[in-house]
Amino acid sequence: MGLNRNVSLMTALRYKGQGPFLTFILHRIGGLGMAIFITIHLLASFVSGKGGHFINAIYENWAFQIFIFFCVLFHAINGLRITILDLFPKLIPYHRQAITIEWVAFIAIYGFAVVTIIRTGLGG
Amino acid sequence: MATKSRNLSIVKRGLMSFETIMWVFTRLSALGMYALIIFGLIGALIMGARNNMNFADVMRWGFMPNVTHVQNTDLPDTDPWASPLWKLTASALLIIAVGHGVHGLVVIADDYITTEKGRGIVRIISGVMILSMIGIGLYLIWTS
Repeated sequence: MGLNRNVSLMTALRYKGQGPFLTFILHRIGGLGMAIFITIHLLASFVSGKGGHFINAIYENWAFQIFIFFCVLFHAINGLRITILDLFPKLIPYHRQAITIEWVAFIAIYGFAVVTIIRTGLGG
Repeated sequence: MATKSRNLSIVKRGLMSFETIMWVFTRLSALGMYALIIFGLIGALIMGARNNMNFADVMRWGFMPNVTHVQNTDLPDTDPWASPLWKLTASALLIIAVGHGVHGLVVIADDYITTEKGRGIVRIISGVMILSMIGIGLYLIWTS
């Protein structure tokens, strides 16, 4: 059985899932980002040599750190919300409020991390 | 609907299927990783992170308590950070994270690969990935 969503690409792109859909798609992007880059990081450390050091040097760059911290922190904080709501289903009617709390926590922690990474990266 | 399903026995609800067990595993492994990360952060603060590391370095250590993640900090002595306790903590975090992550990749792949043969290939690749990533990760942790 092939994939058949009965939805055109343009309709899919116009889908207005709002906040919950945004967290869903960012959770996937964060998870995929971690899976891809942590796998490469592990392989680069294992292979070592010039190639390995070159790849790990990219990873230690402050711009890349900002990206990977986004992936890790968003996935972790959103994952905690999902876990809490799944383990305590009585809270599911308040999922939009939970998403608001999640964004506040994410912006505070990620913002602090980004400021620290940029200050360190610029030699501050 | 939710009330009705709660009146069914565990077997009738299908809680013993592999997919449901992995659904539960994904949630519980997330909590397990949180516990290990918090353990790592508390350990870092006890070992002097407050005065010799910045916020991002401490978080990097928390996500994977491996000594190579603190070698570029101002710590005067990184020997305590390479103790067997932290290698065990990092090993536990690695094994849980690889299981959680690779299963997540399978869930995403299943959204796009719907043929039985395709899903079988995805499962074979995921098994190889789990074993190789855990093997390489454990080697790196215990030889660093």
